[in-house]
Amino acid sequence: MDDKKNIEKISEAFKAWEEKTNKVVSKNPERKAQFETLSEIPINRLYTPLDIQHLDYLEKIGFPGLYPFVRGVQNTMHRGRFWTMRQYAGFGSAEDTNKRFRYLLEQGQTGLSVAFDLPTQIGYDSDHSLALGEVGKVGVAIDSVRDMAVLFDQIPLDQVSTSMTTNSPAAVITAMYLALAEKSGISFDKLRGTIQNDVLKEYIARGTYIFPPKPAMRITTNIIDYCAKNMPQWNSISISGYHMREAGCTAVQEVAFTLADGISYVESVINAGLKIDEFAPRLSFFFSAHQDFLEEIAKYRAARRLWARIMKERFKAQDPRSWMLRYHVQTAGCSLTAQQPLLNILRTGFEALSAVLGGCQSLHTNSYDEALALPTEQAVQIALRTQQIIAHEAGVTETADPLAGSYYIEYLTDKIEADAEEYIRKIWDMGGMIPAIEAGYIQQEIAHSAYEYQKKVESKERIVVGVNKFQIKEPPPTGLLKVDMSVGDRQTEKLKILRAERNQQAVASCLDKIKKGAEKENENLMPLILDAVKAEATLGEICDAMREVFGEYIGGTSY
Amino acid sequence: MSEKKIIRVVLAKPGLDGHDRGVKVIARALRDAGMEVIYTGLRQTPEQIVTAVEQEDADVLMLSILSGAHNYLFPRIMELLKEKGISDILVLGGGIIPDEDIPELKEIGIKGIFRPGTELKTIIDFIHSNLAQPSIA
Repeated sequence: MDDKKNIEKISEAFKAWEEKTNKVVSKNPERKAQFETLSEIPINRLYTPLDIQHLDYLEKIGFPGLYPFVRGVQNTMHRGRFWTMRQYAGFGSAEDTNKRFRYLLEQGQTGLSVAFDLPTQIGYDSDHSLALGEVGKVGVAIDSVRDMAVLFDQIPLDQVSTSMTTNSPAAVITAMYLALAEKSGISFDKLRGTIQNDVLKEYIARGTYIFPPKPAMRITTNIIDYCAKNMPQWNSISISGYHMREAGCTAVQEVAFTLADGISYVESVINAGLKIDEFAPRLSFFFSAHQDFLEEIAKYRAARRLWARIMKERFKAQDPRSWMLRYHVQTAGCSLTAQQPLLNILRTGFEALSAVLGGCQSLHTNSYDEALALPTEQAVQIALRTQQIIAHEAGVTETADPLAGSYYIEYLTDKIEADAEEYIRKIWDMGGMIPAIEAGYIQQEIAHSAYEYQKKVESKERIVVGVNKFQIKEPPPTGLLKVDMSVGDRQTEKLKILRAERNQQAVASCLDKIKKGAEKENENLMPLILDAVKAEATLGEICDAMREVFGEYIGGTSY
Repeated sequence: MSEKKIIRVVLAKPGLDGHDRGVKVIARALRDAGMEVIYTGLRQTPEQIVTAVEQEDADVLMLSILSGAHNYLFPRIMELLKEKGISDILVLGGGIIPDEDIPELKEIGIKGIFRPGTELKTIIDFIHSNLAQPSIA
């Protein structure tokens, strides 16, 4: 960015400095022979204008709100408004979770985020044999639109933005939300929120798949199509790197695999007949905030630039909103330790700060007790307050992208973008993301990174405070949240009542229509599922209807 | 039994939980420690897991669960092993398991419970020292 003559001068001065420093180091060695980021990117002793001299400011960095959006997607960034403070929450029954939601809103949370239990995420009703022991454990149990009504009791849907972590049965959950809105007289165009709807990463890392990739992609595409036409303020997908990062991949892999999934969705929706600018502005993303503070900031900046380029150059999108990578962040669950759990408050704080400095639109901060159990109210309050301290006290929100121009940050942004792009190229040499997943390539890459990291922790090349250094003897933790074991029985009872009260024939006819619709490749399943939900068909029944036609995916056994 | 018998381990994910980072890391570590590792993949029912143990003639069964369903699923698996008369097997559990649940799990025959932060070496050593002891019929 400096002119040529100046670069020459800096280069000479740098050489002189390096020589001198090397002499010092030969007597007093540095702490390590080699330094690297958490993602194994080598780190130099110092970064100077020499490292970023190839970066043209206007082309590569530019301004917030303008292509290529390195400096953020909005012109005023957090000066305009803060990110949405959105704590992922859900446990037990709809009643339990509704209470937690209202507590969080009272505490100043600005958006909702629903965690569903595993049976709900995998399309089983609470009374299914495979649901035994799992009902209400890691999220809320939702079987029918009746549960959904309880979940949002006293929460006006036109006044909150709601994110829902549901993937394989995303169409059913979306339909329940729509049915609830309709019942309250709220038109669909007023609804704000996000449905995760990202099935590809389920095969790679998260594991809540139901159907094989092809029909699953079709349902995802149906939802994106339906949202584009009916829900203009709704993010129809949240393309997620978070879970792959949690599974152990590096920052570069997180960017590469997430954007590669994104490319696959875009291709699929275009093949279904939509034009890129009709749906791309409502695509959203979800990343992790891991522990390497500066690397994470660079990661978000790199992801924004790479996605903008992909959308403009590869897909020829014209609408600037199609170029923008808007994203939610969650701090890294895998960085939390069961040992000395209060230290997790600090870890989460640093991670959250990187998310904000990186320019996030929405943020979840983990609670300190989450390596042990689902969080208590007190732990969640501290997590939320962490965001509020960053917003109101830390001073980092008063100018857009304050770390731009840092030689290291700009170098690392460029490096992560280039390495991720190379990965994406490699994946497309294998035929694209779906063949790469089916071949187990992505899963193997992640498992490899996870094992390498663990070996570094064991050899103490990586220090985890309280785990492999600075350990103390501590009493077992107390006061953890315990999910009431009776929630499964209560849900089963509710299902009995539902099945006795509803119009059985109407349900059967709706389910039959879903099966017939599933058989026709060009039919959008969303309206059929909406009818079924309104007739009070259960989530399990609707998913079973689709299972009959689509079959089920069997997970891999490689490691 | 010859002295050089290779230890056969079935690593299983019971229930609906999809967190497999830990189980895959352990699978690689046990393999690198010279054991024969069979990973069942996700979403295994107790019946499927016990069948895998039988078919693979496993010396060790390791169950990984992070969803909180261990209180239901672990006892069910132990019950099925008993029904099938499989007693000469070392059963270990891993995942997010609260302290207060551990005594009950040990009582039903799960010899070791390993939680986040456990060193791989600890697990490998545990297997070696607990298999070395003659099984009590």
